[in-house]
Amino acid sequence: MKSVGYVALNTFRETVRDKVLYNLLLFALLMISSSYVLGKISVYQEIKIIKDLGLASISIFGMVIAIFIGIGLVSKEIDKRTLYSLLSKPVSRAQFLAGKYCGLCLTLLVNVLIMTIGLYGVLFAMREPFEPALMTAIFLIYMKLCVLVAVAILFSTFTTSILAGLFTGFVYVAGYFSSDLKNFDTIVESGVLPALTTVLYYVLPNFRNFDVKAPVVAGHAVPMSQVGWATLYALLYVSLVLVVSIWVFQKRNLK
Amino acid sequence: MSVIETVGLTKDYDYGHIKRSQRRALDHLDLSVEDGEIFGLIGPNGAGKTTTLKLLMGLVFPSEGRASILERAVDDPAVKRQIGYLPEHPYFYDYLTGRELLLYFGQLFGLQKTERRNRAYELLEKVGMLEAADEPLRKYSKGMTQRIGIAQALINRPRIVFLDEPMSGLDPVGRREMTELVRELRASGVTVLFCSHILSDVEALCDRVAILNKGRLIESGSLSDILDVSVQNVEVVLAGASDALEKKITENDGKVHRSGARLHASFVTAAAFDSLLGAVSEDGASIVSVTPVKQRLEDHFVQELLKEPSP
Repeated sequence: MKSVGYVALNTFRETVRDKVLYNLLLFALLMISSSYVLGKISVYQEIKIIKDLGLASISIFGMVIAIFIGIGLVSKEIDKRTLYSLLSKPVSRAQFLAGKYCGLCLTLLVNVLIMTIGLYGVLFAMREPFEPALMTAIFLIYMKLCVLVAVAILFSTFTTSILAGLFTGFVYVAGYFSSDLKNFDTIVESGVLPALTTVLYYVLPNFRNFDVKAPVVAGHAVPMSQVGWATLYALLYVSLVLVVSIWVFQKRNLK
Repeated sequence: MSVIETVGLTKDYDYGHIKRSQRRALDHLDLSVEDGEIFGLIGPNGAGKTTTLKLLMGLVFPSEGRASILERAVDDPAVKRQIGYLPEHPYFYDYLTGRELLLYFGQLFGLQKTERRNRAYELLEKVGMLEAADEPLRKYSKGMTQRIGIAQALINRPRIVFLDEPMSGLDPVGRREMTELVRELRASGVTVLFCSHILSDVEALCDRVAILNKGRLIESGSLSDILDVSVQNVEVVLAGASDALEKKITENDGKVHRSGARLHASFVTAAAFDSLLGAVSEDGASIVSVTPVKQRLEDHFVQELLKEPSP
């Protein structure tokens, strides 16, 4: 387990020394700050707009960081052959992948925290009292990002960075429509398509499970059971995807 | 005791996307490396040297046969704790400094903080990288990266070291230091397996060698076994030799070439040169040097490769 921790900390160091991360984070903070201006010009809607834009920024920039850094984590190590010397040390391929995953999740956690501080900072400037419900929405956004990182790592174990990026992007978009896939057989009654969409429904992550932005912004409470189920779903999904990633990666020849 | 062993080790690589084909990179390699020796794996480009090392490191998987290190499977964590590996054209995490890289790898071997720091310092000093230790690896030259590569391969005080083209990118001073380092390793009981196509380095260092070509083992054994240690020919350097003397040497089966004012002549036997001593004296030429030449690894290597049938 210690090896996983060391690989994770080194991955964290790798990402925080990447200039791309700072550019993205800066852009995200600018977006959140700009919601202050938008809020000022929106009569009676200012707080809603700030919360809406803030949560959207955290979600979108988190997604960009997860995909862009996640897809390169493994493939870059293979392309640059940095993996050769690492795997000759007492680190198994499974430990390497688990470490890479945890490292990027740690980076995302720090980034999401910084963006959260930014959002609460804007709300504080608007003299809005501290609202814990926002934390629930942000926590579930983070869970969604953890699922996305696992998907990005899975693709990067067997394909190039570009293709892994495309596939992960597709999964991200499709993950918001997976509930629609379930009802596809009510539209098309026969053929292969309904069977295929049913398989896709069960294979693709359902990102709607993590989306509580609308009720939170409207000031409604999110039931703890919903948060609990979504968290459990994320943990199970991540575990399964990581097991498949490890299985694929363990068979790969590092030419 | 054999510490590295391969039996019928074979590797086929697939290539092509639509029409899949296979290329055999290594063909039934049987190899045995004894404890404490320096073993050289030599061969031209594409001979299968790096593939052998990658198989031994568990980076690629054999198509047939098996490999073992210290009588265990190559991916056994207990094996990995006792080996060091310098890959060919090494590339390390360029966002780390040289010292950070050594400390990170030290962590993976479970070295304690003080031990890790001391070992990193000791190795940085040994490979002459103390001054650049805190610069990021992206700023390192090829030779500096190679030096750090050697240091990281030794961080855990390994029992067996695998070096893939260790002299690559090193300047003459670096190569001499590397040679000394490998000798030091042997003196401390470490087994070294190294791949190279710089045969003079192999000849100077190795106890035993294996010659590979096109994935197959051509020959294996100690240098004294595979090289003919008797005098192969005599090389003579003459100053002030006339064209007439050059002609006479050629007529007596000597091979000549001129380099400035000097004439270099090569004779198959010392006797062939003796018979021309009078002619040299009459010509007024002076003898600069007479060198008896034994077979070198390079000559043997080329001879062996020429014997190989073309595909």
